Amino acid sequence: MNLPQPSNGQPLDRIDGPAKVTGTARYAGEYPAPGLLHGSVVGSPIARGSVRAIDCSAALAVPGVIAVLHHQNRPPMAGDDAPYQDADAADGQPFRPLFNDQVLYSGQPLALVVAQTLELARYAGTLVRIEIDEQPHQTDLLCAFDQAHDAPVELPKPRGDFASAYAQAPFKVDATYSTPVEHHNPMEPHASTVIYQDDGSLLVHDKTQGTQNSQDYLVQVFNLPKDRVRVRAAYVGGAFGSGLRPQYQLVLATMAALNLKRSVRVSLTRQQMFTFGYRPRTVQRLRLAADAQGRLQAIHHEAIAQTSRFEDFTEHVVEWSGMLYRCDNVAMAYKLVPLDVYTPLDMRAPGAALGLIGLECAMDELARQVGMDPLALRRVNFTDINGNEGKPYSSKALLACYDQGAAVFGWHRREARPRCRCEGHELIGWGMAGGAWEAMQMKASARARLDSEGHLWVGSATTDIGTGTYTVMTQIAADAASMAVSDVTFELGDSALPTAPLQGGSFTVSSVGSAVRQVCQLLRGALVKAAKAQYPALAGEAPERFVVREGKLWVGDSGYALDTILQGHALEVKVDAEPSARRQGFATATHSAVFVEVRVDEALGTVRVTRVVSAIAAGRVINPKTARSQILGGVVWGLGMALQEHTQTDHGLGRFMNHNLAEYHMPVNADIGDIEVIFVDEPDDIVNELGSKGVGEIGIIGVAAAVANAVQHATGRRMRDFPLTVDKLLAD
Amino acid sequence: MSDCEPLAALLPIQLTVNGQHHLLQLPPWLTLLDLLRDQLDLVGTRKGCDHGQCGACTVLRNGRRVNACLTLAVMCDGDTLTTIEGVAQGGTLHPLQQAFIRHDAFQCGYCTPGQICSALGLASEGRAHTRDEIREGMSGNLCRCGAYSNITAAVEEALPLMNGQGGCRP
Repeated sequence: MNLPQPSNGQPLDRIDGPAKVTGTARYAGEYPAPGLLHGSVVGSPIARGSVRAIDCSAALAVPGVIAVLHHQNRPPMAGDDAPYQDADAADGQPFRPLFNDQVLYSGQPLALVVAQTLELARYAGTLVRIEIDEQPHQTDLLCAFDQAHDAPVELPKPRGDFASAYAQAPFKVDATYSTPVEHHNPMEPHASTVIYQDDGSLLVHDKTQGTQNSQDYLVQVFNLPKDRVRVRAAYVGGAFGSGLRPQYQLVLATMAALNLKRSVRVSLTRQQMFTFGYRPRTVQRLRLAADAQGRLQAIHHEAIAQTSRFEDFTEHVVEWSGMLYRCDNVAMAYKLVPLDVYTPLDMRAPGAALGLIGLECAMDELARQVGMDPLALRRVNFTDINGNEGKPYSSKALLACYDQGAAVFGWHRREARPRCRCEGHELIGWGMAGGAWEAMQMKASARARLDSEGHLWVGSATTDIGTGTYTVMTQIAADAASMAVSDVTFELGDSALPTAPLQGGSFTVSSVGSAVRQVCQLLRGALVKAAKAQYPALAGEAPERFVVREGKLWVGDSGYALDTILQGHALEVKVDAEPSARRQGFATATHSAVFVEVRVDEALGTVRVTRVVSAIAAGRVINPKTARSQILGGVVWGLGMALQEHTQTDHGLGRFMNHNLAEYHMPVNADIGDIEVIFVDEPDDIVNELGSKGVGEIGIIGVAAAVANAVQHATGRRMRDFPLTVDKLLAD
Repeated sequence: MSDCEPLAALLPIQLTVNGQHHLLQLPPWLTLLDLLRDQLDLVGTRKGCDHGQCGACTVLRNGRRVNACLTLAVMCDGDTLTTIEGVAQGGTLHPLQQAFIRHDAFQCGYCTPGQICSALGLASEGRAHTRDEIREGMSGNLCRCGAYSNITAAVEEALPLMNGQGGCRP
């Protein structure tokens, strides 16, 4: 029996593909239950105040309405802050749904109507009368800079002397960039189906990026025994960070189920998807200085972002400016402004997607100042040391990204002069940018069970939010166990499985994948040991010669029945994996170079992105098909950031105005031209045992800057207020 | 619970979904989408916005693609509907479904049933002959994962196999 072909590195089709193309994959709000009730959320129309009275009589009079829950009649829930602090909580006091009469933001849930059908619940919700004593609010970041305070984070210490280096350098850029509020808007709205079981325990299907995070939260908030709450998320209809914290529909559905002792589902409407976390509005000021050769002499990156009045949401916005390039004089600042809004939330490449807009637009501006090609400027400033930490990168194939991306794009044909190419009504511009994202690794656990028929079951409580986790974990497991992919099943999305970190930050493959690899190697070793104990003839055989297939353990052409080796039992092992010890002393990150072509019609104010080349250095790619899809998706997100996405607030009302998918513009199919993805070779045996860095975030980073840089090249105009919409292009 | 009279009389409706005949008594406000999802347990037709803005609920009504969220169930009396659950023939995936898998034309999968039903409708409309026409014709179906390039590739590959359509020019 030959060794199975290695699966890692193969473009395997998604294991969950058939379930998804036939519609049989069920998402959180799609599980049936006997006597299931439907909840509909009633939200606050004002941004700040206190509830004076709630009148539910008209709602309760509607036939089929079961209950209306609000802060005065809800079941008991924790009063302190700590029980609400989940695995992704920001500093401060977490929001507590229906806890008291305080209104903290527009759209805040104030009541839940529970009825026999969704239509009745929603209709009855319109009959709930809520009187609110309104207080003055502030939702405009630009009007509240005087309220800014230092973000509660430890920024890298300033290095060198920014002020004097900046003062002495011959070429300088001092520019300010602004980015808007954006919402995740996964296609599946948030939903929780809480199934009240016969024994009173809860089986919860939740839209989440961490089943155990949701489980722990419910256990703490409602003071429930942990073994009475199980949270599952077999399929997640996109999340992009929106599922990192338990959202309020989970609390409301659980509250109603506990109160009524019945199964309850709460699905948010698309409008309500704008009533929790989002990417915060930021203003960034970049000051860069270079010598005549383009070498960076000084970098100052300061950012100011909005947060809520109850939590200080922080992300890594400015740190990248001390990591990506070589520079001896670097300083950073990061401030927050509390507003009468909900707390922001990690959203695809949190922080980096923002900070690299500032840095990479400013680098383009600097290149123009120095009179250098923007790509040449970046090459000159390449470093393989993370200046923030003073540590070498475990690998940084960014130069290869520059080379291969530029070659495929045809960058060498770019003429530096703006407005140099025109076709018909359209000016054509080329721009580029670099990107970086940390390659993290968390603790994770996994278990593996080989049954006597020779099927391997591997599990960990991670999720698959569309990233391909089912598929790549199956590949990792198969190779580690020396089995065929078809003989392996990977289970996820269940709080009862071994502990996994939240799925986010591009660290699932490195964290859970390492645990999966270890547990399958361990299982294989135990199997071989058991076989050698039974069959002394095998004693001298090298471990790597053993293969499991067709219910047998094979060594060469001799097969030994698993049933006999395992004596009728399944073989089960579990591993708790720690981050690789080899990481100590190194900085670890993914990098990218993205090149875009835009066509700008100045008469119409339109920008079309006709071509994108994204070159990625992310270590070893486990599945080139699903990894490429991650990058494609990231690029599409970046194009949305550049040109479309903008949640607009009516600051007089303190409320988002375009809270729907017709007016919150995100890319559609016709907006997307040709995108080419390149994975450059980047061997790395330090970052983790798989040598794989994760690809969920890196694709978006730098894209918006590259588009703005291309628009500058096309038109000669530098636009610094994102997104680059028609009104701004038409403005003088 | 209140013991008042129901808000409106139920209406008798008959329709065929994926070849199966249904006789139903339905309230007039029920959308086709909620009928499919909540009463017939055909949850493959997804609810992304409930306002006709995202296309996740696209189904074929008498062969034409419609947003089920903008269609009242009582409007469908006598109609023949195909949802994603009716696209495969038994255990054999439709060539378009196979193309979606091969091209990785989805990630989270939530918009996928709508994308597939929409592409089936597009094919029978006979309006998509170039890649740009596919992109345009598929632009009523949002995909937040950003799988558009792969969706276009899958539809382009499968178009000649659907409804006798001609090939697709690049």
